[in-house]
Amino acid sequence: MSSVAQPVVKPLRRRRNPASLSLGVTSGYLSLIVLIPLAALVLRSTEGGARAFWNAVTEPQAVAALKITFLISLIVVIVNAVAGTVIAWVLVRDSFRGKSIVNALIDLPFALPTIVAGLTLLALYGPKSPIGVNVAYTTSALVLALLFVTLPFVVRTVQPVLLELDRDMEEAAQSLGATPLQTFRRVVFPNLFPAILSGTALGFARSLGEFGSVVLISGNQPFKTEVASVYIFGQIESDNVTGAAAVSVVLLVASLAVLLAIGGVRRWATRHDN
Amino acid sequence: MTTKYVLRFVALGYLAALLVVPVGLVVQRALADGPGDFLAAITTPEAMHALWLTVLIALIAVPANTVFGVLCALAIVRRRFPGHGLVNSIVDLPLALSPVVVGLALVLVYGRNGWWGSWLIDNGFQVIFALPGMVLATIFVSLPFVVREVVPVLREIGDEQEEASATLGASSWQTFWRVTLPAIRWGVAYGVVLTTARALGEFGAVSVVSGRIAGRTETMTLHVEERFQSFDLTGAYASSVVLALLAVATLLAMTLLRREDGS
Amino acid sequence: MRFLILAATTLALVGCGGTSEASSDGAKLTLVAYSTPREVYAQLTEDFAKTDAGKGVSFEESYGGSGEQSRAVESGLAADVVAFSLESDMTRLVDAGLVDSGWAGAAHDGMVSDSVVVLAVRKDNPKGIKTWDDLTKQGVEVITANPFTSGGARWNVMAAYGAQLKQGKTHEQAVGYLRELFKHVSVQDKSARESLQTFAGGKGDVLLAYENEAITAQQKGEELDYVIPDQTLLIENPIAVTKDAGPEASEFLDFLRTDEAQKVFAEKGYRSVIPSLVDASTYPNPKTLFTIKDLGGWDEVQKKFFDHEDGIMAGIQREVGAALE
Repeated sequence: MSSVAQPVVKPLRRRRNPASLSLGVTSGYLSLIVLIPLAALVLRSTEGGARAFWNAVTEPQAVAALKITFLISLIVVIVNAVAGTVIAWVLVRDSFRGKSIVNALIDLPFALPTIVAGLTLLALYGPKSPIGVNVAYTTSALVLALLFVTLPFVVRTVQPVLLELDRDMEEAAQSLGATPLQTFRRVVFPNLFPAILSGTALGFARSLGEFGSVVLISGNQPFKTEVASVYIFGQIESDNVTGAAAVSVVLLVASLAVLLAIGGVRRWATRHDN
Repeated sequence: MTTKYVLRFVALGYLAALLVVPVGLVVQRALADGPGDFLAAITTPEAMHALWLTVLIALIAVPANTVFGVLCALAIVRRRFPGHGLVNSIVDLPLALSPVVVGLALVLVYGRNGWWGSWLIDNGFQVIFALPGMVLATIFVSLPFVVREVVPVLREIGDEQEEASATLGASSWQTFWRVTLPAIRWGVAYGVVLTTARALGEFGAVSVVSGRIAGRTETMTLHVEERFQSFDLTGAYASSVVLALLAVATLLAMTLLRREDGS
Repeated sequence: MRFLILAATTLALVGCGGTSEASSDGAKLTLVAYSTPREVYAQLTEDFAKTDAGKGVSFEESYGGSGEQSRAVESGLAADVVAFSLESDMTRLVDAGLVDSGWAGAAHDGMVSDSVVVLAVRKDNPKGIKTWDDLTKQGVEVITANPFTSGGARWNVMAAYGAQLKQGKTHEQAVGYLRELFKHVSVQDKSARESLQTFAGGKGDVLLAYENEAITAQQKGEELDYVIPDQTLLIENPIAVTKDAGPEASEFLDFLRTDEAQKVFAEKGYRSVIPSLVDASTYPNPKTLFTIKDLGGWDEVQKKFFDHEDGIMAGIQREVGAALE
């Protein structure tokens, strides 16, 4: 600890300190891994000119696929917001035997290959269902598959916030006569809201692009259960790479927009913090 | 407090229907023909090679993304450069992108007719349809996790300690190693767990860029698909169980470390 | 610090290679094929290694959807021998300069195996499906893969179309039949093998499939029967060597065309390209068998039917879909 005894403050050397290194490495890595492939995608989508791009994304089947994708993702996201919050609440505030095991299981959808998720849901809720529930090849199957893969998002963003939450305010509210529901609505929820929003946004963005689990269980009926990623795959296979890239760009922009919006909302919601 | 029980019932019921029962089904079907068949299925040469390949890819992707993740989080939270919100969102993008799109993008760059692909292939570097391409795809899809876990922690702890350290004369590196890193270590650890899980379970993007050469470029997830397609359900489910166990093991390891640490 | 150690270990691992490459003195051939003949080539590559020409030759094999595989080779997947479900996937590689345009001059027009389009039904055919017209009856659910992603599905569509022509219908009427047919299609998987699995999983009343797929499924214990309709299409699967392949690749192809190898194809559910080896009791002759040449050849058919914008099937998908909305 002899270095600490120096009385003079060392100036931050611009060259090799972690801060500037972090910026350089970040941009370099991000560019190589993410930005350059995405740039190639965007450029490919414009290869036929603006007209070809427009035609590709307004083709009836493409529009149907995008509509289905967005609609289903929205439904999934709403269910997730509610279910995820409830689950996070139970995992933090409640205690029962096996809780830590349940907690560990939440991350499983990240690890299970999407194809396994799809096949298992198919086995359980499809034509050969052992419990007689058959929703395979319908939009319900789509919702089911997407709920599975997006399960961890809201739970894992809300949990840490709940853990940090100061119970004093809740207890104060209760001692002042507020019902549990009022307490939740006025005291707890506003604090959870940014986290719920973050989690649902990520879940939404993930649902937009899901492929592996959906492709097996939904039936991929054009105009009925075909989602955007399956449509894109079909276009690649039909030698319409430009069209596929165009629809991909639409998905990309939508995802980015959602993520940016959420970032903005989160900053607004926490503007009074610190 | 019936609300408590209602909530518990709803939460557990939802998890049971959506998560526990399906995953339980995977395990049950994997062992349906007996533990002997299960072991035989996961010790075939293809399965073992797939496991080795999956682990190898994870061993490259996870440390790379961890180092990047920490540095990126530092850049976003501490440096606050203009556009840091955009960078934050770009980092989250891989979570959203369809694997079909990821695969397509990588082929457009590294494929035979791609930006760099023609030069690379002509000079003997096989990126796509070989290990490097698969590593790139895996890094791509598992990129966000460490960043996302570390950013909130960095925000939470504030930079007072770091400033104090600097005032006391520590260099930036010393501050980083001795103040910042220990403070964010659980964020990093959890991020590593998630990154690992994601890397192990990646299917879509890797399937596009792998070429599916049995015994050379088949990962565990691709092996699962191949077994399903060959009507070998036991084999498919068995490999899935191995994957799930790997992921759970990483999570358990972290939980144990945390408990030992006493936090 | 941990990460540095981890990184170093990783580099060491990578440096050691560690792939399961057999240290053979012989050549290594990479076979890139479509999804269904996996079991056949598993056997044939072994058999080849036992011959003089194949001594010491080892194989790396890759199987996947015909179109996907063809596209992969075009994008840089290194291959010595390529085997696809249909000719247009081979033509793609000829256009890309990876396969010599003379590949079809080889024995049997460059084909290595045949099959026919059949109607796979549930065990004992409870709905009594026997003809193409039965598929458009009320309440019949048809399963086929998506013709834009699956080579197998394209064979199905052309079989359905051609069968109508052979029954004396006009082109318009045949297209009308296709439209009707696709109104009965409830699921469109992205590959032939996946559609077989959907059917085996309990969905649908009838599956349009390759005969060899139906046989493979039966051999693996799936409970289904199949009907060869009176009019059906001969499926011909092409094979070729790539321009950069060594002489062992061509020798492998020669081997595949010998009686011995063709017998293996026959055992695994394929119709041999050698007519005398097609056992009529296992592979009955359909009353009217036509080929893709009768319908104009794949180049023309691909443009007319499967162009993603103007193709007949693109139009049908749109119309059927609009009707569903």
